[in-house]
This record gives sequence, C-alpha cells and structure tokens, in this order.
Amino acid sequence: MLTYIPNIIFIIFFTITLFFFIRNVKRIYRNINLGIPIDRNDNKKQRWAQMLRIAFGQSKMIDKPIVGILHIVVYLGFLVINIELLEILFDGFFGTHRVFAPYLGPFYNFLIGFFEIFALLVIISVVIFWIRRNILTITRFLNNEMKGWPKTDANWILYIELILMTLFLTMNGSDFWLQINSSDPNYISAGYFPVSQYLLPFFDSLSINSVIIIERTAWWLHITGIFFFLNYLYYSKHLHILLAFPNTYFANLESKGKFSNLKSVTNEVKMMLDPSVDPFVTPETNQVVPKFGASDVFDLSKIQLLNAYTCTECGRCTSECPANQTGKKLSPRKIMMDTRDRLEEVGRNIDLNKGEFKSDGKQLLENHISTEELWACTSCNACVEACPIGIDPLSIIMDMRRYLVMEKSAAPSELNNMMNNIENNGAPWPFNQMDKLNWKNEL
Amino acid sequence: MSNIQINTFADLLAQGKTPEILFWVGCAGSFDERAKKITKAFAKILNQANVSFAVLGSEEGCTGDPAKRAGNEFLFQMQALTNIEVLNGYNVKKIVTTCPHCFNTLKNEYPELGGNYEVIHHTQFIKSLLKEGRLTVKGGVFKGKRITFHDPCYLGRANNVYEAPREVLQKLDAELSEMKSCKQKGLCCGAGGAQMFKESEAGNKEVNIKRTEEALETKPEIIAAGCPFCNTMLTDGIKNKKKENEVKVLDIAELINQASDL
Repeated sequence: MLTYIPNIIFIIFFTITLFFFIRNVKRIYRNINLGIPIDRNDNKKQRWAQMLRIAFGQSKMIDKPIVGILHIVVYLGFLVINIELLEILFDGFFGTHRVFAPYLGPFYNFLIGFFEIFALLVIISVVIFWIRRNILTITRFLNNEMKGWPKTDANWILYIELILMTLFLTMNGSDFWLQINSSDPNYISAGYFPVSQYLLPFFDSLSINSVIIIERTAWWLHITGIFFFLNYLYYSKHLHILLAFPNTYFANLESKGKFSNLKSVTNEVKMMLDPSVDPFVTPETNQVVPKFGASDVFDLSKIQLLNAYTCTECGRCTSECPANQTGKKLSPRKIMMDTRDRLEEVGRNIDLNKGEFKSDGKQLLENHISTEELWACTSCNACVEACPIGIDPLSIIMDMRRYLVMEKSAAPSELNNMMNNIENNGAPWPFNQMDKLNWKNEL
Repeated sequence: MSNIQINTFADLLAQGKTPEILFWVGCAGSFDERAKKITKAFAKILNQANVSFAVLGSEEGCTGDPAKRAGNEFLFQMQALTNIEVLNGYNVKKIVTTCPHCFNTLKNEYPELGGNYEVIHHTQFIKSLLKEGRLTVKGGVFKGKRITFHDPCYLGRANNVYEAPREVLQKLDAELSEMKSCKQKGLCCGAGGAQMFKESEAGNKEVNIKRTEEALETKPEIIAAGCPFCNTMLTDGIKNKKKENEVKVLDIAELINQASDL
C-alpha cells in the first residue's frame, strides 16, 4: 500500500490543477461571452492558414530579429519539452520511471538530448530577456502602464521558466549519475544527456541515497511547478501561450482600412433618406433602442475581449504608435490592458453577485480609458500591424469614439465644426459644394 | 486657359457619352490650395493619356471618412448613401482618386452599403498608364535627385499598396532612398483619424514634425507623397524646419507631370 502513496499524491495534485484550470477556462469563456457576437466563422481555410502562419509559425515575431529568434527558441522549447511532459505524467500516474524508454530505444535517447539542448537555449534566452527588461533601457518596457504588477508579472514568468528548466536539467543530471552509479533497477540506462552530463561531478561527493533524493525532489518540483504555472496563466499576461491560437484564427482578414459599418445606423439613415417613409408612424413598440459605440466591455465584441485576454503586453504596438512616440497619453497596449482589467473587474462582480452583474457605477470609459487617449489616435493602423498575434486596439478606440460622438455628443469642438461642414456643405471645410469644380478654371 | 477639358458625368451623359472612369477629386483636391495643384496635375495626366474620364463636380460630396474616423457613423452613412445614389445613378464602374482616404472609404466601406466599384489610387493608375505605354516620362528632370517616398497609412497599411508609387518613382531615374520607417512600418504624418481638423493632444512633439525629421534624415531633395493630407503635414513640417528652399514636398502626380513636361 505504502508504495502507492506517491501515485495517490500525484493524482491529487493533478486533480487540483485540473479543477482550477477548468474553473479559470470557464471564467475566461464566460467573460469573453459578455461581448457582442461577431461572425468570424467565414473563410475557414484562410483562418487556419493565418493561425498556422502567425501563431504556430511565429511569422510576425521576427520583425524584430534578435528578440524574435529568442522568442522562437523559448516557444519551441515549450513545445518540445511538453512532449516530455507526457512521459512525466504517465510516470506520475503509474509510478513508473522513464516509461517510454524501452519502447522508443535509440529515438528516446535522441529525444532527451533534444529536450536538454532546448532547455539550455531556453535558459540562455530567458536570462537575456531578463537583462532586457531589468538592466537595458528599452522604452517599450518602461511606459507608465508597465509599472507595478505588469512588470512583476513579466519577471515572475522569466523566473518560473528559469526554475523549471533548471529543475529539468537537475532531474536529468542526477538521473544520469544514478544510471551510472546505482544498481537501483528504476534507473535503467536511458537517454542521452548532452547538457546535464556536466552536472555529474557535483553529485560525486554525495551518497546514492542523497542523489536519489535530489532526483526525486527535482522531478516533483518540476511537475508541480508546471501545474502551478498552468494556473498562474489566468492571472498573467502569459495567457497568450494558449490564446494566441484562437486569437489569430479569429483575427480580421479584411483590409485594415475597412472599418465596420454599424448596421443599426444604416437602418436609421435609410429611413431618414427615404421620402416614402412616414416620419409620424411610431415604430414598433418594445423595440430595444440600440446603443451606438462602446463605453464598457459589454459593448465590445467577443473578439475584442478575446484580444484583451490574449495581449502579452510586449508593447510593440505602443512603440509604433505615432501619438505615443510624440509624447501623447495614448498607448494602444494600455487600451488592451485596461479592457482586460475592466473585464476582470466585471467578472469578479458577477462571481460575487451569484452570476449576475450588479452595476458598480464604473465603466471602461473614463474609469480606465480617458477621452484624451481616445482623441489622440490617428487611426494609422501601426498598432494593428505591429501586433505579433493579431490584436486590434484601433477597433476599440473607434468604438469608444462612436459612443462619445453619437451617444454623448462629446467630440472636441473643432471636430464638431468639421462635421457641421460635412453635413451642410458636403466638405469638411466651409466651402460651398457648388464651387467644387472651380479648380478646372485654373487649368 | 488650356485646352484640357474637364467634363462632369452630367455633361457627358447629356451628350450621350459614357466615360470609362470617374475621377473622384475629393474635398481637399477641390478646395485646398495645395491639393488643387495635385488635382490639376493628375487631370493633365489623364488628358495626356487620352483617358475617357469625368468628374462629379458639385454632385460629389465628402465620402464621410473624417466623420467616420471621428466616430460619427450617422454622418458617414448619410454621406455614403447619398454618394452611392449619385454613383449608381451614373452607373459608375471604375473610380480613380488622388486621395487615399477617399480611396479606402470608397473601396472598402461603400460596398456593404450598396456601392460596388473598382476603386484605384492614382499612383496605381499612373503605373498602369506607364506600363501600357499610354504615358511616357523623360527621366532627365529628376536624374540623380534624391527622392524619399512617404507611405500614406490609408494606402499602405490600410490597403497594402506599397509598390505602385515606388514603381512610378523608379521611372524618374532618380535616386530613391527609404526612410528608416517605411512601408508596413511607415510613420503616420499625423493627419489621419480626423486629426487634420483638430489640435493634437498634449505631448512633446507634433507627429508631422517627427515624420519630417525622419524624411530629412535621408537628405532628400524631394519628399514624394501620395496623399493631399500627408502633403500638407509634411509641407508644414518642412516649413517648420526652414528647409522649404532645399526640400520640396511633391505628389507623385506632380512629379510625373514635371517629368512628362505636360
């Protein structure tokens, strides 16, 4: 019976992890579904291709070559070492040790060697990332919105990755030492250890039992660390490792210059322009008056909310933003972070109020995003172009401008002049439309 | 007065003729003193290449672009539906415009509202005229001159048109140099999103000044533009830097015009 204790503990840990993970996934799913439905199920082939290219293939990461390549290393490390995770889970459940080794033979040795090289490359990359964030002066990591938790979060992710990789190599190194020095049948000769072989001398002064303890401790800490990390994601910008995939699948496929035409407006405008419509006929009662534009997360689309959860706060958008580059308050990254913060706030409110949102007197506009930020945007699409995983901050800015103008009549006065001119003379300046062809007299 | 004829659709229709192409002039091209020069230059090109075209004249209203980017979807759609009625009334099939904002709106945002046309930017059109041999340029005027091209956001990023203006510029035998941020990464001139019509928010620099500085880093004699708004912003930037005697901001239509000696 006693021999099954590790298996039981493992199953308990695994179940707890799964419980919290499912809870988190459900919360994210519920929160995203607070948004307005939007049809992005067209062109499935093109969407799969986009996801494979941008998320799986990391095609936009190499716009910045050095960090791009380092990121690809960490990403590939994450992918390949997850193959090893399969074996670790199997061993954990069934109390086996390196269960795949006998079945895979020489290929197993190759795989372990491959994982080790990636583990080392990940460690190197993570150290460089840490230096970039904490020692070098890279402006996009230093904007106001990065102070506090976002900076801590970014560093924690690096520390966790560093610890996990170190544990992985320690586990392998001690295992390899035991394969050579102990007669324990558990430690069959399996694997090729191009990196952790250099750890062997550290174990030479220790007893076999001590090294077994080290090996077991590293094994357990490594897997429980992964369990912890999986549930840390929900509280972190690191959620992108999962959501980048759906996010790039659902990302806009059309020209970036094409902004949505509000259907609710089309109906009203058609009525206004149609001489046959009787203006005195009362429209059908109990018709819900649509709200124009967005002042809170409920007014945004599901894709925009998915965007917010997907954002990994890299700041490539902000560093390309003309308004931000010239010292204005607008930062597209902050728009995404604010949207997520507000969505989380709403989500907690729903949890506290038994599944129903009770008004908290707050909204995304003003409480998080100021009008000054919104009016600084030139709609140039640099942020959209810069995002390596297809996030669209511009659409949120535009939806909030729509709310300001159409629901609140709160445009800056110069813009009201411009719009009055368009309405009255068909041009944004006060010229008579009848004079539109005067230039031909100057030819 | 020259012998260039600018006809409206209404005129030609009265004569029983149907022009192939509508030249959408746009508000800036019609009223702004600087932009009118671009309009006239392009009209001359169309004339030189014997293109069958017409304008809408007083029947052309703002596409609604600045209203839409400012957030006024009502006004945008009012403009759009009114213009679409005119355009469909004349059975317009193909539109060419010198303004990337009009280009983008007509091309991308009108179809859903019932306006389906083939819309092209004038740099694309000039490129095809050159390719078909309907227009020829003599490189002499600009031979060896340093030219840098500023990508308009609504032509480049918004619609992925990067090569047409550059291919046209290559015909000038000039020395093309790219700014450090160009094409997909091109910096905005600061006018888009209705910024043209308002003061900018508090910051430490105007966007057009920053872009002008980037352009000046290439030590150009000419900054080539493809948008009347970019043109204004960069011209202002050059004035601010007191470089107006050394550096000219010119639209691609104007450059071709000078090279063809029209």
